[in-house]
Amino acid sequence: MMIRVLFFASLADIAGTPEITLDAPEHATVGSLLAGLAARFPAMDPNQGRILSAVNSRYVRRDEPLHDGDEVALFPPVSGG
Amino acid sequence: MIRLVREPIDVAGIRRSLAREEDGAVVIFEGVVRNHSHGKRVCSLEYSAYEAMALSELEQADTEARRQFDIRDIAIVHRLGRLYPGECSVAVVVASAHRAAAFNACRFAIDTIKNKVPIWKKEFFEDGEAWVESSD
Repeated sequence: MMIRVLFFASLADIAGTPEITLDAPEHATVGSLLAGLAARFPAMDPNQGRILSAVNSRYVRRDEPLHDGDEVALFPPVSGG
Repeated sequence: MIRLVREPIDVAGIRRSLAREEDGAVVIFEGVVRNHSHGKRVCSLEYSAYEAMALSELEQADTEARRQFDIRDIAIVHRLGRLYPGECSVAVVVASAHRAAAFNACRFAIDTIKNKVPIWKKEFFEDGEAWVESSD
């Protein structure tokens, strides 16, 4: 299933791009997607520093299941204001 | 009213369009770009956002503020892009019959922005740049 992944702030710098599209296996979750990304971008290790995740503009936990066409966003703690 | 804008925020204009004769209080919070951070001189800030989600989180903050506090209206405007010291980065304007609800709702809204709304700032110093990854 195709998943659009958006990176923001420091995570976009680490990925070198604001957006990628991935073909994820069935039963993939945000956590498994992150683990795959950490293998590709070591600085994105989910155990190092805090990475927040959202699916279709809604905050989710790591065990959130993914569905074809989902938009996943990964970003550091927010710092607006 | 919820907005993400790239031009300077017209706080007086927001206040004018929001306030009504039945209001007994208008509370305005302005976030302002500071010229220093952790002892270093800040030349400018660059704000970026996950705009679709930021708007949705701001709408939720608006709804929750109206639900929790006895206010008549609220406006939240956050600026994106490059800002310089002294410029307004965010404005929260709350109108209500009595001051307590307006103060409380204003505080709630800016705290929610700081904690939940996906907006980030990068600080530009004389000798480099750095993402800010915590609110203060």
